[in-house]
Amino acid sequence: MPKIITSKDVHLSYGPKEALHGISLDFEEHNITALIGPSGCGKSTYLRCLNRMNDLIKGVKITGSMKLGDEDIYAPGTDIVDLRKRVGMVFQQPNPFPFSVYENVAYGLRLAGEKDKHVLDERVETSLKQAAIWDEVKDHLYENALSFSGGQQQRICVARVLAVQPEVVLLDEPTSALDPISSAKIEDTLLNIRNQYTIIIVTHNMQQASRISDKTAFLLNGDLVEFSKTEKMFIHPDSEKTSDYLNGKFG
Amino acid sequence: MNSKTSNNIATGVIYFLVAGVLAILVFLLGYILITGIPHVSWHFLTSAAQSFAAGGGIRDQLFNSLYLLVLTLIISFPIALGSGIYLSEYAPDNWVTGVIRTAVEVLSSLPSVVVGLFGFLLFVVNFHMGFSILAGAIALTFFNLPLLTRSIEESLQDVSELQREAGLSLGLSRWKTITGIVLPAALPGILTRIILSAGRVFGEAAALIYTAGQSAPTVNYGDWNPMDSASFLNFMRPAETLAVHIWKVNTEGVTPDAAVISSGTSAVLIVVILLFNLLARMLGRWLYKRMTATK
Repeated sequence: MPKIITSKDVHLSYGPKEALHGISLDFEEHNITALIGPSGCGKSTYLRCLNRMNDLIKGVKITGSMKLGDEDIYAPGTDIVDLRKRVGMVFQQPNPFPFSVYENVAYGLRLAGEKDKHVLDERVETSLKQAAIWDEVKDHLYENALSFSGGQQQRICVARVLAVQPEVVLLDEPTSALDPISSAKIEDTLLNIRNQYTIIIVTHNMQQASRISDKTAFLLNGDLVEFSKTEKMFIHPDSEKTSDYLNGKFG
Repeated sequence: MNSKTSNNIATGVIYFLVAGVLAILVFLLGYILITGIPHVSWHFLTSAAQSFAAGGGIRDQLFNSLYLLVLTLIISFPIALGSGIYLSEYAPDNWVTGVIRTAVEVLSSLPSVVVGLFGFLLFVVNFHMGFSILAGAIALTFFNLPLLTRSIEESLQDVSELQREAGLSLGLSRWKTITGIVLPAALPGILTRIILSAGRVFGEAAALIYTAGQSAPTVNYGDWNPMDSASFLNFMRPAETLAVHIWKVNTEGVTPDAAVISSGTSAVLIVVILLFNLLARMLGRWLYKRMTATK
C-alpha cells in the first residue's frame, strides 16, 4: 500500500526539554493507524507535528523529516494553510464553532471560496452522513451546534473536517471526553470513512485501538517502542514493554 | 469554630457588604430620579436652553451629547478594534507589548480635566479647531480608547483557544480564523462593552468644558449638510453636552430655575445611561442568538 506520510528521526523539544527522541513512522494510505501509550509519552505531540499545530506553541523546536507525499511538511516554503487543508484534525474536546450545525460544516468550504448553495448543501449532507450524525441533526441544521450533546458535537466536528475533504484526518483522543455509546458511534464513523481517508488516531483506550486500527504504534517516554499490524501487536508483541503496557502492568 | 459556622459568618458578611453597595446605589439613583423626573416634560426635552429666563429646556444639550458620543465611537472604535485584535491575537509576550499595555492603562487613569486641558491646548488652540464637537470627540477618544481596547481584547480572550485551533486546523489562515470565527464569537461581548463604555463617555464633563465648549448655539435640525455652520450635524461648532450643562447651571447659571434644570438634566442623563445598559444587554443577547444560529 502506498505511503502517504513518512517521518524520519523526528525530535521535538520544548525549550530545554526534549519530548520526542527521534521517531520514525510511516503511514499507509486509506488505513487507520492508532498511536497508543501512557499519558505524556508524546503521542499527541507527535500527532500535532503532522499538521504543524505545534507551531502555535512558543519555544518548540522540531528536527528530522516529515513528508506528506513527496512534500516536506517542514520545508521553509510550505504553505501551512494549505497543509492543514490536506491534513485535518479532530480534537479531544468537541469544539464546534458557536454557529448552526449547517454553518459549522459549511464554514471551511465557504471560507475557501465555495459559494454555490447546491454544492454546499450537498457537501454538508454528505459530510454529516459520513460522520454518522445526519439522522440526528437533519431536522435541526439551523440550530446552534453547541446545543447538542458532547458526542453529537464531536461527530459534527468530524463532519466539519470531512467537508473540506482532507487527505489525512488526525484525531487526538477524540472519544476521551465522551460516554461509551458516543465513543462507539465515533468508532463506527471512522470505520465508515476509512476507505476514503487516511486516519491517524491517538487514543489511550487500547480496546479502541484494537477494534478499529489496521496498524498500531506504541510510544513510551518520547520513543517509538513498536510499530506493527494491530492484530500482531495485540497478540504477539515484539517488545517486553509493549506486552507489559497492553497487559496493564503500567500506564 | 466549625466550618459550618465560619461559612455562615462569611456569607453573612458578604451579604451585608452587598447590601451596603446596593443601598448607596438605590439612594443615589432614587434621589436623582425623584428630584429630577417631576421636572422632565416633553417641553423640557424639546426646547432650547434659556440663558436668563426660566423655562429653558435641554434639546440641544441632549442632541449634542448623543452626537458627540457617536462621533467619539466612530473615531475610537476602529482604532480600539485594531489594537484589541493585535494585543489579543498577535502580540508576542515581550517588553514592547508590556509597554503598550501599561501605556493603555496609564491613559485610562489620566484625570479627565488634564485630558481636557491638553485637548484645549493642542486641538482648540494649536490646531485652530476652536471649541468644537470634533475637538471634544478627540478628547473623549483619549478616554474611551484604553477602556475600549482593553474590553475588546478581553472579549477576544474570552473566546476559547479551542476555537482558534479548530479554525487553524481546518486550513483557515490566521486572519480568517480571527475575522471569521473569533470575532463573531466575541461580537456580543464587544458590543455590550462598547455600549457600557458609552455610558461613561456620555456622562463626561471635565474633558469637554475646554474642548467642546460650554455654549449651545442654535442649530437648524432640518439642515442635513454637515458643512453648513448652522447645521445640527456640523462638527466644527461648539456643543455643550448634558453633563457640561449640569456643571454650568450649577456654577454660573443665572436662570431663576437653575436648580430645577440641573436636577431635571441629571435625571435625563441617568435615564439615558440606564437605557444604554438595558440596550447593551438586549442587543448582546439578540446578536448572540443571531450569530450562533444563522439562517
